[in-house]
Amino acid sequence: MEMQSPVANALDMVRKQRTRAIWNLFDTKFNVDYRITVGSATCEHAAGSLSVYETFQSLIAESGTPDISVGHVGCSGRCDMEPVVTVISRAAIPVKYVKVTPEIAKQIFERHILNNEIVEDHSMRHIEGWEYIRTIATISGAHDEGSDLEDKLVEMLEEHDLAKMVFVNRSPYGGEDPEEPSLHIYPDNVTYPQMNAKKLEKVVQEHLGRDKIVAEFQDNQSKVSNLFIPFFGDVHFYGKQLRMALRNCGVIDPESIDEYLSVRGYEAVARTIDSMTPEEVIESVKRSGLRGRGGGGFLTANKWHFASLNDAKEKFIICNADEGDPGAFMDRSIIEGDPHTIIEGMIIAGYAMQATQGFVYTRVEYPLAIKRLEIAIEDARQRGFLGKNLFGSDWSYDIEVRFGAGAFVCGEETALIQSIEGFRGEPREKPPFPTDRGLWGCPTAINNVETFANLPVILLDGDQWFSAIGTGQSKGTKVFALAGKVRNTGLIEVPMGTTLREIIYEIGGGIIDDKAFKAVQTGGPAGGCLPDEFLDTSVDYESLKEAGSIMGSGGMIVLDESTCMVDVAKFFLEFMVDESCGQCTPCRAGTKIMHGILEKITNGQATMDDLRKLEEMCDVVAQASLCGLGKCAPNPVVSTLRYFRHEYEEHILERKCRAGACHNLIQYRVIADACVGCGACRRKCPARCILGAKREAHEIIQEMCIKCGNCMTACKFDAIEKGAFIDAEVTS
Amino acid sequence: MTTQNTCSCSSSTLPEEVRRFAEDRVAQSRARSFLIPTLHKLQNAVGYLRDDHIEEIAELFGVTPNQVKGVASFYHFFSFEPKGACPISVCTGTACHVRGAADVLAKIMKLLKIEDGERTEDGLFSIGGARCVGMCALAPVVIIGEKVYGNVTPDQVEDMLKEHGFKGDET
Repeated sequence: MEMQSPVANALDMVRKQRTRAIWNLFDTKFNVDYRITVGSATCEHAAGSLSVYETFQSLIAESGTPDISVGHVGCSGRCDMEPVVTVISRAAIPVKYVKVTPEIAKQIFERHILNNEIVEDHSMRHIEGWEYIRTIATISGAHDEGSDLEDKLVEMLEEHDLAKMVFVNRSPYGGEDPEEPSLHIYPDNVTYPQMNAKKLEKVVQEHLGRDKIVAEFQDNQSKVSNLFIPFFGDVHFYGKQLRMALRNCGVIDPESIDEYLSVRGYEAVARTIDSMTPEEVIESVKRSGLRGRGGGGFLTANKWHFASLNDAKEKFIICNADEGDPGAFMDRSIIEGDPHTIIEGMIIAGYAMQATQGFVYTRVEYPLAIKRLEIAIEDARQRGFLGKNLFGSDWSYDIEVRFGAGAFVCGEETALIQSIEGFRGEPREKPPFPTDRGLWGCPTAINNVETFANLPVILLDGDQWFSAIGTGQSKGTKVFALAGKVRNTGLIEVPMGTTLREIIYEIGGGIIDDKAFKAVQTGGPAGGCLPDEFLDTSVDYESLKEAGSIMGSGGMIVLDESTCMVDVAKFFLEFMVDESCGQCTPCRAGTKIMHGILEKITNGQATMDDLRKLEEMCDVVAQASLCGLGKCAPNPVVSTLRYFRHEYEEHILERKCRAGACHNLIQYRVIADACVGCGACRRKCPARCILGAKREAHEIIQEMCIKCGNCMTACKFDAIEKGAFIDAEVTS
Repeated sequence: MTTQNTCSCSSSTLPEEVRRFAEDRVAQSRARSFLIPTLHKLQNAVGYLRDDHIEEIAELFGVTPNQVKGVASFYHFFSFEPKGACPISVCTGTACHVRGAADVLAKIMKLLKIEDGERTEDGLFSIGGARCVGMCALAPVVIIGEKVYGNVTPDQVEDMLKEHGFKGDET
């Protein structure tokens, strides 16, 4: 299909709407002394944010002051501290309150809103050990020079007695030229490019010291990805991050198209339609180096290129939001926090490929994401951004939401297509690739949620800027769902090339209860576990693969000494047994056999011969399965065998689980010296296997023990210990 | 296969909204792609997929009942048995697993005296292991009815169940 020349009024249309949107927002919620935002996402709701929101609503109504507003924002990613409430006042860094209850909400309202006094006990900064500051100064740019300047800035602030008022932050890539150091001052939102020590001295004296902007150095070419910093940049958790895909999450109300428009929403697609041909869009995204964020790492623009070669009447774009990896919630958070960015990304991709229709395929387990997406699509239609002749062009394109019904395999491209068509989600052989013959036999490009969220940034801030971020083959940033045994759990976005150590120890705050780190699992059921000698591995597609894991879609689960690696492998295999579609034998039967062997090992009934069989099966399943799901199914076993073989051998040869996680290989024992004979454990034992007279040391009859652990919880004297004390006598 | 059949039998028990949804969709092109959305509607309305409903839907879509069941049985979310008034899901994602979800599930099964996938005799509760619900930061996560509980420990289970009408207690 030949593309007609683009019309020149899409940008005008968006600009007018943005002006109107900003006026609307000023009338309703922005032009106030205090604007309160309450986190609203599935996890925020679970933590109780809805009742906090209602509390603020009624407090505002009771107070009768017109100068306070309350609104929703998506999740900012600090999941273990939810509900998060932000108080935004004019020309100040917003104050973030954490774990807010209706009771704390009342305190915030009375002290902060009505009496201008920050409730330090509940502020995110205070909890991290810092006091409130007035200004954020972010240094960005090439690593060495930037670090030098950062040190100098800290020194100068000390000299000028400003250290307590300014928070110095290091954002790796915020400036016009990612190589060149620049300085950004918030909340004034001023950028000083091409920084050096001399200029820095002047900015510190004039701007930070006397509140006078140094106009001759100033350049206000701010990047859209900097948007997040004035809101959250004063907190260490966010400091190491570079938020592109997540730039609006936690900043805007996901159910308001006006708020999205106010942060340059739909500007990228409007510029694209106005001034670029579809081929130019493909070229630009190719230059940016953007690769699929769903895990495959295929060059995004290539998919569109292949599909665009085909002159079929109908072509489709599918957004793959079937996030089935256990331990991953990036897609959910992005859709719940910023659904319009997905729609904008899908329109850009649709334009590049001249598609006729887009689909978002998501999980039925994500009702809030579905709801917000449907609201956003309808609003975009109303504004003329979707549907017939969108943006006044002669191209027509719309988006529909379809959802799965709980089948992991549907994340595989060809299975996903089957599912949308209304069939069992069974993968088929490739080629033909979907870009050639996809949905209903038409050329179809399938991209991941996060991939789409990057597109507006690439087109607004430039492909050159984007491609300067990251490592050789991996450009831009990656979003990770950080979870497991790590202190700060949540959703983070870091430049490619950040190390696992930086993520786990600096952003993640280290391991819970200061236990020893054992491994980090990336890539979900198709990925692997890396031990501590790989902590300095750079996070990018190639390095992770070389180390024996994969990037995957972004699940990152931290495991500590109390996690048994054989048990983790068994967990993933159990998942694969359940999720195998059953079409091909290597995957259907192979995963089952592997799971059976792992079961034997964790039960202490396996021999070294079983281990050999397990390794053989890994090869068979990886080589003979039909689709990617089956081919990758053995990965968790392969990687744990590679780095934690000694744990497998201990289970087999010594019948010992060092982590104390495999129930059949542990024992509960009474420490006779510590036992006072109170009988608390005896009363709680459901197997009635604890014996002992009053005020005398008790004893557990091991043969009857079901290892429920009730006794250990019941004992007030720490006289019960749990561990791998099993010796040959007991088991033989 | 987009033949439109209007069911003429008077004994239809398919909920009206589901029937209307399906009839509207089968008239569109590529009607088959609306089969799964229709099954979602049906399960929402009735709670599970009943055989007679499956037959009616098959007729509406112009396919055989076994084809509909073939599709439905492929997906975990569809159930062919009634669930409890308060369905319980214990998330079995990785983060929940390493943070003790198995112990929580065991405690629930013990208290309710049913296994995973079963329903209590009074019809109040049923347990279904859930795939990762994407709230890993709150692991382990349990959903009872519509309510989500995070950072659950086995000791909290009894009180949580009591909130939803659980009466039995153990010594």
